[in-house]
Amino acid sequence: MSLVGVGADAPATPDARQKAGTKRRPPSITLLNTASIVFGIALWWGLSLAGFKLPTPPEVVKSAVRLLSDGTLEGDILASLRRVLTGFVLGTALAIPVGFLMGWYTIARALIEPWVQFFRTIPPLAIIPLAIVLLGIEETPKIFVIFLAAFLACVISTFQGVVNVDKTLINAARVLGAKDGRIFLKVVIPASTPFILVGMRVGLGSAWATLVAAELIAAQEGLGYRMQAAQLYYDLPTIFVGLITIGVLGLLMDRLLLFAERRLTGWQERR
Amino acid sequence: MTSSPKIQVMDVSKTFKLGGEDFVALDHVSIDIADREFVTVVGPSGCGKTTLMNILAGLEEPSSGRALVDGKPVEGPGPERGVIFQQYALFPWLSVRKNVEFGLETAGVGRRERHEVAEKYIAMVGLEQFADALPKMLSGGMRQRCAIARAYAVNPSILLMDEPFGALDALTRVRLQEQLLETWSQDRRTVVFITHDVDEAVFLANRVVVMAARPGRIFTTIDVPAVTRDEAFRMSDQYAHLRNQVWSAVHHQS
Ligand SMILES: Nc1ncnc2c1ncn2[C@@H]1O[C@H](COP(=O)(O)OP(=O)(O)OP(=O)(O)O)[C@@H](O)[C@H]1O
Ligand SMILES: [Mg+2]
Repeated sequence: MSLVGVGADAPATPDARQKAGTKRRPPSITLLNTASIVFGIALWWGLSLAGFKLPTPPEVVKSAVRLLSDGTLEGDILASLRRVLTGFVLGTALAIPVGFLMGWYTIARALIEPWVQFFRTIPPLAIIPLAIVLLGIEETPKIFVIFLAAFLACVISTFQGVVNVDKTLINAARVLGAKDGRIFLKVVIPASTPFILVGMRVGLGSAWATLVAAELIAAQEGLGYRMQAAQLYYDLPTIFVGLITIGVLGLLMDRLLLFAERRLTGWQERR
Repeated sequence: MTSSPKIQVMDVSKTFKLGGEDFVALDHVSIDIADREFVTVVGPSGCGKTTLMNILAGLEEPSSGRALVDGKPVEGPGPERGVIFQQYALFPWLSVRKNVEFGLETAGVGRRERHEVAEKYIAMVGLEQFADALPKMLSGGMRQRCAIARAYAVNPSILLMDEPFGALDALTRVRLQEQLLETWSQDRRTVVFITHDVDEAVFLANRVVVMAARPGRIFTTIDVPAVTRDEAFRMSDQYAHLRNQVWSAVHHQS
């Protein structure tokens, strides 16, 4: 009996292992992602049918089509993107040199750091009232608030990047004859690139997150303004269209930066 | 006319502030190293080997005393003193080739010549197939060889090496030792080679400098006769005797 058992088992073993292996292999990530999204939308649909005060997916799609066909959505997207990108580009363009200054020169750090740390504790949205009073209700205060959010997020991480540059690498450059300027260009900048890119991603997130509130300031168009206006008329589908658009655009921009990060910092050893 | 020493360490002391207290890392160290000499430095951990090397490299300044190279006081690092760091210190964002070219580019050497010189030293350390690979794709021994090629490329007259083979397996280590001696016998640079390994110290050196800790100082120096460094030497009684001598100097410091 036992002999037969062994005999019957032995050839079956690799086979069984193979099956177990197949079972253990995780299903494709994309598949799971898709399944999860489909499930989420189904849940939303179910809830709206069950009497919650939610628009159904088809209502939202209809609203999106309407907003697209009369050009409203495109106009809003353009207006919002312009604000976010202007604020973000200005913010990071200032944050990177300032972060480098702080990391490289102790004096600059001592002078700048208290301000950065202080303003970091204030949510950018809390600056809005001040910005309106000082800068009026045109584009400037909106862009300023977004700029500030992006700047603060990015400056800290650039500074960290410079401070964390491996001292041995700087010494290695020095013994090969490099002076400060070249060390900065050829060692400090590449070594801190990963930090800067993380800072840019965080900065973009903050900029995007500040957008809607910034557009509460007497805007004529923009995704945040559109949702505000829709709120007055209980126009839930339009609010949904606005939210989904913001989410999708934010995700796309983040992916873009992530892609840049992969390309630029592929030399890093991943743990 | 007697030629003056390549490197002169004259009564050098180095103290570090450690929590408000002075810590003596080097205590009145003096040594002369002749041109084309191969000196190895052994000693217990913390006896100031790296500190001494950093002073010679110009990365740190002595608290008192003077370090001279070619009769001139050391002021900052310079490309005539090549340094090979224990942690390889390759630029991780540059390929092997670009790493090797770094010093040449700094010196303003033109693209074509840079390429040729890099090619030569990459071949010398046997990394031709990995010339365009990033450091993350290299094994420890390959990284070390790349660091050696990078230091050689600027053609320094002095090589300062801080436990360069410390992290390598025995086989790779022996291969690199032999390679190092081979190139040294061709170009005869002055080499200061720090190591933990008594065998390595004896095998490579013209002279072994044994250091002691607390305070960091030179305990004794032991001359190694100029015989061919090969397997026969490794197996010889002479070698065994020198090893014992260095070993007891390192381990029975009173
Ligand atoms: N920057 C520094 N600040 C304070 N103390 C230091 C500094 N650098 C070295 N030391 C101290 O000086 C002593 C000698 O250090 P060093 O690195 O030269 O030793 P070492 O002989 O190279 O040791 P190991 O064999 O472990 O590498 C150590 O006790 C260390 O703590
Ligand atoms: Mg050391």
